[in-house]
Amino acid sequence: MIARFLTPLVAALAFAVPSYADIVNIQPVTSDGGIEAWLVEDNSIPFVAMDLWFEGGGSIDRPDARGAVHLMTALLEEGAGDMDAQTFAAELEGLAASFSFDIYRDELVISVQMLTQNRGEVLALLRDVLLEPRFDEDAVERVRGQVLSVLEADANDPDTIAAAEFNALTFGDHPYGSRLEGTPESVAALTRDDLIAAHRSALVRDRVSVGVAGDMSAEELGPILDTLLGDLPTSDVALPEPSEVSDVGGITVVDFPTPQSSVYFGHAGIARDDPDFFPAFVMNQVLGGGGYRSRLMEEVREQRGLTYGISTWLGLSKSAPMMQGGFSSSNALVAEAIEVVQDEWAEIAENGITEAELAAAQQYMTGAYPLRFDGNSTIAGILAAMQADDMPIDYIASRNDNVRAVTVEDIQRVAAELVDSDALHFVVVGQPEGLPTEN
Amino acid sequence: MIRPHLAGLGLAIGLTALPLAANAAGEVTEFTLDNGMQVVVIEDHRTAAVTHMVWYRAGSADEQPGQSGIAHFLEHLMFKATDDLESREFSRIVEENGGSDNAFTSWDYTAYHQRVAADRLGLMMEMEADRMRDLVLAEDEVVTERQVILEERAQRTDTSPGALFNEQLAAATYLNHPYGRPIIGWRHEMEELSLQDARDWYERHYHPNNAILVVAGDATPDEVRALAEEHYGAIPANPDIEAQETRERPSEPPHIAQRRVIYEDARVANPYVSINYLAPERNAGAQEEAAALTLLAEILAGSGFTSVLPREMQLEDERSLFVGAYYGGTSLDETTFTLINMPLPGTSLEQAEDHILAEVDEFLEEGIDPAQFERIMFQIEAARIYEEDDAAGLARAYGAALASGLTVADVQAWPDVLAATTIDDVMEIARELFAEEATTIGYLMQPSPDEAAEPEADAAAAAASQPTAEPEDAAEAGADGADASTPETAPMTEEVSQ
Repeated sequence: MIARFLTPLVAALAFAVPSYADIVNIQPVTSDGGIEAWLVEDNSIPFVAMDLWFEGGGSIDRPDARGAVHLMTALLEEGAGDMDAQTFAAELEGLAASFSFDIYRDELVISVQMLTQNRGEVLALLRDVLLEPRFDEDAVERVRGQVLSVLEADANDPDTIAAAEFNALTFGDHPYGSRLEGTPESVAALTRDDLIAAHRSALVRDRVSVGVAGDMSAEELGPILDTLLGDLPTSDVALPEPSEVSDVGGITVVDFPTPQSSVYFGHAGIARDDPDFFPAFVMNQVLGGGGYRSRLMEEVREQRGLTYGISTWLGLSKSAPMMQGGFSSSNALVAEAIEVVQDEWAEIAENGITEAELAAAQQYMTGAYPLRFDGNSTIAGILAAMQADDMPIDYIASRNDNVRAVTVEDIQRVAAELVDSDALHFVVVGQPEGLPTEN
Repeated sequence: MIRPHLAGLGLAIGLTALPLAANAAGEVTEFTLDNGMQVVVIEDHRTAAVTHMVWYRAGSADEQPGQSGIAHFLEHLMFKATDDLESREFSRIVEENGGSDNAFTSWDYTAYHQRVAADRLGLMMEMEADRMRDLVLAEDEVVTERQVILEERAQRTDTSPGALFNEQLAAATYLNHPYGRPIIGWRHEMEELSLQDARDWYERHYHPNNAILVVAGDATPDEVRALAEEHYGAIPANPDIEAQETRERPSEPPHIAQRRVIYEDARVANPYVSINYLAPERNAGAQEEAAALTLLAEILAGSGFTSVLPREMQLEDERSLFVGAYYGGTSLDETTFTLINMPLPGTSLEQAEDHILAEVDEFLEEGIDPAQFERIMFQIEAARIYEEDDAAGLARAYGAALASGLTVADVQAWPDVLAATTIDDVMEIARELFAEEATTIGYLMQPSPDEAAEPEADAAAAAASQPTAEPEDAAEAGADGADASTPETAPMTEEVSQ
């Protein structure tokens, strides 16, 4: 399940079809206490969605406490203030609200949905979560057991093994080199103090981005921000340093008894704030971007029937941008599929893309973007993600122009610099036939 | 809490998956074209986008014996050429118009959908109408695409002990009804599916009077009617479909024996026991039993903290890693109610089976906590509000219901039927359900130690992830194609995507 290892950088997609500009009329809100948020007000349905993105995520774990932020995040729903887990859940369910807690490499994300009619009570519960988590001993042990069972299952999952092996080879000792869930040993060793420290380090007011969409006005939101977030501490740990990506091309086979091999591949990529980001973004769409019409889908699936699906993406994790991809193929077919990927990688580096491919990709990307702003929860997430990624508030209006401005020459130049079949490393988990084992 | 087998992501509490579908706004319109094609319009004018779906009343349970997987295979082949479009030109045009498209197959239906800017609705209808009747199948493409569905089966099922187990369990649960066959097909039959099989399936089922058009988003009923008459209205009805409307399938005989399935696989990290009960589905005009069963599943395990089974077995006694209760009522024929218990390491599956059944007995004795019932009822009311935010989700709910023998009126009445259900109703259906002794009980477990020495017994555990999700879609990934390999997925809600 490759998507799990990616940061959900929804904000990279923006639009500029003029008729859609009104949909996301973003209001910047700054509270009296100086906390900022972006708001899209829409009163047509009596509920509001709120996303809180805390920069840091799993990558701020101490090296000797890997998995602490992950376990702490899982425990945020296990009671707060004077309420144990069951009491807390009953309160929240009685209000028909939902809280979700997600942890990624670079972000801890809290997503909330609440009805207008009892918003105050829900926000009070959320405040308790942020400021007064309990980390009760029984809950810690129970959730620790759940995490350990997930790690055990993952140890038997070829997709997870492939991604973990790729990251270990690529990032080494950097936090990205190991799983944010930790290892069975590190999770077993975590103490309650580790969790308190992780909470203190992760939920901080100077690293939070707030997106709100739905039935709430700017006047209402301001005081809510201060009440909810004003008493959070400021950060006390550094974010990870940029990582050196060790680009050693080749193929690593992890022997695993399974009829179908899982493959994860990639090399160094390009940062979102790089001037060449948009050419790389469009190029990836043509090479292996989502949907059924990329070169890789055409060559590997449609022409040869070697896989059910293959895709590539620009991995935009903050400390190490990557250009990555993944697929699975039967053990007998995987060698051929890898060869096709290598050929396509070399081809686009050498010759770039055609005018027709560029036009098709631009049409798709510019047309699809506005369709994303289709619900309060989605919009709240996009607003928070944009701020977390330091995008300007008018990014949405200019994004499609940036996509349209890309030329085949831009892509030829960027592909020649970025795409490197010699640096491309494949991790193959399975029992592939006819693959040279290197590295 | 972390749900085992789900990654340590997506932790959520509150609002569990109460399967509602009716929006309070009531902006749902239905009509039928002269050729019998049913049309449903769900208005949402907040954004200038539409979801366009065509549902065929033809799913894998309508397949002839020996042809398992043909419904899904044809669904793949629908993206090939027509008399007007080249192979895969359909998707190319959708993408060039900024849209996304996909399709999925279930036991009871096959559906095709696009999401596009509202002014492209006519274009979508034009192309969908074209491939409803004018598909052109080429031998070489059929052969290559068959390889793709075999790879899909490998990815979704053959590499996943949980998926293989579910397949075996369903096969044992249904003695005669085709719900016992996997949607994607048995591998040995998939390998033999031919061009002629695909043509026959297409000719039999793909007609306007066997289809439901659902449009959700920024479109008015008048616009939809005009466009639908222009594009779909010209296609003649197939008079032979009339006889198929009732979709008679082999029915289940009375179950008089309990069945046990033991699937052993060295890659099973967390063994569990699964208990299937046959249960009534939602029926047109008679959804009361299904509503009571829906609430029963919610009361037993809808919340990881406050429901009966997790509270007793995960939180208080700490005997289980995970317990679940599933009921999927949207089904043409008799469905299943499933209990799952994944015990803590060190507990046998025999004990786990005893534990969950004892817990159910205790529930039958003690009844329902009125406070819990009240919370669930309030969540049902709230779900009407939250669902209005998701027109595409409503489109799926309506389409699935109508393709499963329900009417628009049934869908709209569903929240009211749920709300009218009493504690006594739920307890009555619970007593009836759990009195059933001819259940199907499955163990998913590691091989016993001497067998484990055989390396051939190994098979991989793989989550059937969507293969083509771009990372920027990560927050939205999984919108199509349910992952049937986790115990959290109710068996009857499985779908297989393009």
